Amino acid sequence: MTHIPLAQQLLDTCAALLLLLSFAMLSQRRVVTLVNLYAAQGAVLAAATLLLAWRTGEDHLYVSAALTIALKVLFLPWLLHRLIRRLEVYWDTEPLLNVSGNMLVGLVIVVFAFSLAQPITLLASTATRGAIGIAVSVVLLAFLMMITRRKAMSQVVGFLSMENGVFFGAMSASYGMPMVVELGVALDVLVAVLVMGVFFFQIRERFDSLDLHHLETLKEHE
Amino acid sequence: MELVFLLGFPVLGAALLGILGAHRRAPEINAALSLATFIASCALAARVIGHGSLLFGDEQFFIDPFNVFLVALTAFVGLTTALFSRPYMRVEVDHGRLTPARLRLYHSMYQLFMFTMLLALTTNNMGLMWVAMEGATLSTVLLVTLYRTPASLEAGWKYFILCGVGIAQALFGTILLYVAAEKVLGAQGMTALLWTHLDAVKTQLEPTVLALAFVFLLVGYGTKVGLVPLHSWLPDAHAEGPTPISAVLSGLLLNVALYTVVRSKVLVEGSLHSRLPSVLLMGFGLVSVVVASLLLWRQRDIKRLFAYSSIEHMGIATFAFGMGGPIANFAALLHMTVHSLTKSSIFFTAGHAAQKAGTQIMEHIRGLITLSPTVGWGLMLGSLAILGVPPFGVFTSEFLILTTAMRDQPWATPILLAALAVAFAGIFSKVQPMVFGETTGRRLPHAPALLPVFTHLAIVLLLGLYIPPYLAEWYRAAAHLIGG
Repeated sequence: MTHIPLAQQLLDTCAALLLLLSFAMLSQRRVVTLVNLYAAQGAVLAAATLLLAWRTGEDHLYVSAALTIALKVLFLPWLLHRLIRRLEVYWDTEPLLNVSGNMLVGLVIVVFAFSLAQPITLLASTATRGAIGIAVSVVLLAFLMMITRRKAMSQVVGFLSMENGVFFGAMSASYGMPMVVELGVALDVLVAVLVMGVFFFQIRERFDSLDLHHLETLKEHE
Repeated sequence: MELVFLLGFPVLGAALLGILGAHRRAPEINAALSLATFIASCALAARVIGHGSLLFGDEQFFIDPFNVFLVALTAFVGLTTALFSRPYMRVEVDHGRLTPARLRLYHSMYQLFMFTMLLALTTNNMGLMWVAMEGATLSTVLLVTLYRTPASLEAGWKYFILCGVGIAQALFGTILLYVAAEKVLGAQGMTALLWTHLDAVKTQLEPTVLALAFVFLLVGYGTKVGLVPLHSWLPDAHAEGPTPISAVLSGLLLNVALYTVVRSKVLVEGSLHSRLPSVLLMGFGLVSVVVASLLLWRQRDIKRLFAYSSIEHMGIATFAFGMGGPIANFAALLHMTVHSLTKSSIFFTAGHAAQKAGTQIMEHIRGLITLSPTVGWGLMLGSLAILGVPPFGVFTSEFLILTTAMRDQPWATPILLAALAVAFAGIFSKVQPMVFGETTGRRLPHAPALLPVFTHLAIVLLLGLYIPPYLAEWYRAAAHLIGG
């Protein structure tokens, strides 16, 4: 048996956990639990970044791990929880969610993602290139989650989880992006969530609910 | 230095107007800041014409003939829209659709939106370009929902989620580009996302990864261009937001998004040695033209009608960029210019018309010409211009695109011609009764600002009759940069 370094094994574990968390989100009906799962995904992402930083000695990865912890593990989940409390949607669930169907589609998506990632994996020279397929899977699973949800809050979590996947992809394919870009992306995500918060209040004020079926009247006029 | 002013004025403006709030003179301050930005853009353009392409700020900013003309156009339409919005938004407040407090948000975000677009145009860093494009969505999403009506909230949410998902795909494409570039330009290079460096080594970039990157970039930024089938946010956002925002979305944001697509195409084409990017652009472009011209017929809302017309025209420009070659690129750039000027002037008049009639439903807008000859004629001339009637510039660009298509892609010419004819009939049959016929409207407390409308139309007319040699030279240089 070939010897695989410990850090590599831990990194692979993190990647597997990320995929597992994506599936957990896909099958989760309760909005509050979704936010917790998102925070867990952020934590795994931060752990993976730290491991990678330690293994490769790339200093900027420490900064981006710190950024991940601050933004995706602490601030955004806190903000979303606060919003859930203020908007009184604590007990909101997705009533019409076909969990088993979603899971099956999810499986197909993972196979597709790995075949899509093949050429990138061949090109990348990083130690973590095996995980690129997982990153693509996380992006596509988040996309699937967004199109199957009816609650505004779940769509937002799907959006954020998609960003996690993209971020993990950047990390595993090229040890992250240049710092200025990473900062810019983090800023955009932060502003996006703040704008969404404002948005939620506007929707609530108008419809007394965060259910998106109220927002389906603008169809083409037949 | 010009660049500092160009990007500085809008940021300063956003902060200033945010602090001043519902000041009585806020619309004038907004216009003055836009004027300052426009002057800075002219100075920058003059410098590029004099000295050629420029790099600024540690190579993070790059100005060449291709983007400087879009910078000037963006700043110009930003200025005229600010002038138009002055009386328009006052009327909206008088009609009780808005509170003065919301005007604070409006003015501040307007300047921020201008900043993000100018940043997306001038930056040399593909990553920053992404950040700026996402910033452009974020700064306008609360403007689309400015009226807080159920329909506007729905439009805003759709805009937000669709463009958010789209832009996430574009980020993934940018990362793929970075992965491929890192191989050639060296790891940890801050240079691996700089467009000028990528352009220099584009032939060495790994083709499969770049093809994949282009698909993601095209889907991502294409969502913002409004290419069918990624367009569904566009008509809603245009119809439900305030009219000045419809004008800048249609006239500017779509252009900037198309600019990012073309920048990506240049890189990918250099690496690929295949027709894939061209074929994709032509395909998306043609589908957009056809679908939009058919959907035009079903519209009842005046702003939705012209939003679909924007999809159609963006499709034409995308198709032309897909064909490539010096003439098609030239025509596409010209088309972006004239479409942007004409469409924003149409939105100006459509906004005033809707205010006078008290509705955006076209069946209830009648007899504009008796009510206000200038608004009526403005709408009529604008519609004729956008439909490609001869003396106007749109005719010139469409003619160039069609003749090039006849030579290079003969199969596409009948489809394009048919779609243009369908769109012509669709728009003309709806605009004609709105302009002529019995009047139903009312007088407005603030005189409409029609100077921007007729300035735009005059420029479009001028471009149709005669393109000044320096401008033609400029377009040619830009077309050359895009390649072909």
